[in-house]
Amino acid sequence: MALIDLANPSRFLKFANGAIPWLAGVTVLVFAFALEQAMIAPDDYQQGATVKIMYLHVPSAWLGMLCWGLMSVAALGTLVWRHPLADVTAKAAAPIGAAFTLLCLVTGSLWGRPEWGTYWVWDARLTSELVLFLLYLAVIALWNTVEDPSRAARAVAVLTLVGAIDLPIIKFSVDWWNTLHQGASVFRVGGSTIYPTILLPLFIMAGAFTLLFITLVLAAMRNEILRRRVRTLQLMQASAAN
Amino acid sequence: METTAHIDFIAAAYAAAVIVVGVLIAWVTLDYRAQGRRIAELELQGFTRRSDTTSARPTSPAKEAAREQTAEQSAEQA
Repeated sequence: MALIDLANPSRFLKFANGAIPWLAGVTVLVFAFALEQAMIAPDDYQQGATVKIMYLHVPSAWLGMLCWGLMSVAALGTLVWRHPLADVTAKAAAPIGAAFTLLCLVTGSLWGRPEWGTYWVWDARLTSELVLFLLYLAVIALWNTVEDPSRAARAVAVLTLVGAIDLPIIKFSVDWWNTLHQGASVFRVGGSTIYPTILLPLFIMAGAFTLLFITLVLAAMRNEILRRRVRTLQLMQASAAN
Repeated sequence: METTAHIDFIAAAYAAAVIVVGVLIAWVTLDYRAQGRRIAELELQGFTRRSDTTSARPTSPAKEAAREQTAEQSAEQA
């Protein structure tokens, strides 16, 4: 099956029905390995065992941003090509992105309390991440406010593209402003500052989180396609009753 | 620093992750069953999409159960 074939909702459903069980199985296996690697990874020489929170915090932060990036590409698909599967992707991904962003904020607070002495500060990184979470809530609210999915999709697409401005702000906030949050330590010029025995489990956990994200987005997209079919059948039912 | 230092914060973070991931999995699973059930009910009432004759249609245990339940109800009413 060519990739372009998946642009057809019915073919996508067939693909998703086959792929989701396999993806779910691989996700469970990779998660089990990632958790084992995270638990046996050495403590940080300064932070001690609290560095284990990083294995949750960093992947969820990456996925919160990746999800908005995916929604931004889908927004272009909605506005430029008006493709229904782009709408479906944007709507299905929003709650998942919101959940990962929330997890990033919660684990960040729980990491911050022992390391910084506070759960929260209004520094640029934390505030811009909170803005991302609020943007997700706004998108979800907008989807639920407008009844017609195609009209809602266009409004959401505009909001998504405007909200994409927050992504570089999150990424570079630690460079542009003085923040309590540490600077870039994984992907930076000159290489990572994290020791390999801690960095490798982080990448494995990021892989597990990414597989989980792909599985959940595919499943949520399948649900959204079915929801639209239900709506079509209900409209047929309503017109038959009149 | 000892591994047990701040263990409560570490445990709370992993518990939060389990809750968030659990809620997401429950959401997609229950939603899938609900949509399958609704489609099965509408199809049993005779409402089908024209393209469904050639397209791949989702199947699930919930959908099958709903189909059987509605068929039983129809038989009882008859």
